[in-house]
Amino acid sequence: MTLVQEVITIGLCALGTMMTRFLPFLIFSSRKPAPKYIQYLGRALPPAIFGMLVVYCLKGVSIVSGSHGLPELLAIAVVVGLHLWKRQMLLSIAAGTLCYMLLVQFVF
Amino acid sequence: MNHQTVIKSALKAAFPHTIPIFAGFWFLGITYGIYMRALGFGFAYPMVMSVVIFGGSLEFVAAEMLLSAFAPLQTFLVALMIQARHLFYGISMLDRFRGTGWKKFYLIFGMCDESFSINYSAAIPEGVDRGWFMFFVTLLNHFYWFSGAALGGIAGSLISFNLEGLDFVMTAMFVVIFLEQWLKEKRHNTALIGLAVSVVCLSVFGADSFLLPTMGCILCVLTAFRKPIERAGDTT
Repeated sequence: MTLVQEVITIGLCALGTMMTRFLPFLIFSSRKPAPKYIQYLGRALPPAIFGMLVVYCLKGVSIVSGSHGLPELLAIAVVVGLHLWKRQMLLSIAAGTLCYMLLVQFVF
Repeated sequence: MNHQTVIKSALKAAFPHTIPIFAGFWFLGITYGIYMRALGFGFAYPMVMSVVIFGGSLEFVAAEMLLSAFAPLQTFLVALMIQARHLFYGISMLDRFRGTGWKKFYLIFGMCDESFSINYSAAIPEGVDRGWFMFFVTLLNHFYWFSGAALGGIAGSLISFNLEGLDFVMTAMFVVIFLEQWLKEKRHNTALIGLAVSVVCLSVFGADSFLLPTMGCILCVLTAFRKPIERAGDTT
């Protein structure tokens, strides 16, 4: 690719990203309330999205090969257990990550 | 409170929420910078791309596209497909970004998975300006990603570390945010719909192409069951 083609390619990636980020705000103006259906989606979507993002993070984990997803399962159990107990966001994340790193580096 | 105190207190409140992102983005950003250099690009590439695209998964794909033949239409379509999930974030943030003035443009520009998740779920302390809080969450995340990519691009060859598994910090953060949301709700129908649909689509379509079908199915299920979900009080 020439430099111009590279700039266009990077620019199109940025443009595509921005379209997906800006579109809802461009369609539904901030001056009047969005349609009831969209307001409903705005409330109903987030819990579903967070579920989707958790699965998205784990998409590369294979249950049938390698370590069978055990390090992930154990580390998530630590995160959930610790968070239900202490309710300290940073503590839960740090402990779970440390646990995972130890598991993949020394155990599995 | 004067203007400066408003800004300072928002920064102070926002920073702790971004610490896990700092760890995750530096790790992934440095990896990305090293990857770009390994493919033969100058260090300016990861730096520029991390600022203007600011979307991790697409940036890795963009690196491969830069090495292939010039195909603008395909590039644009791939970008739209990989990033389509942001449409959901925008719909969820329509009300929350209201009244944030000039900051709204940047809040939307920098609305990556992580910024959205924090800005949607964080309990912003009483007396802290909502607009500035979200602004700093977004700005800090943007800066972590940029500086990680720059560091990896410039000094990647000098860094040797064994941080295998550090990327799990992102998974851990999304698990905690999911859990926090779960504890806040009275009913869990929509959270369970999101989990179940994603798992089913992942097993049917595979890791590389399950996001779009997942989004489509979530939308269909939420639309089909709107009445019972609203009646159950899921969305109040």
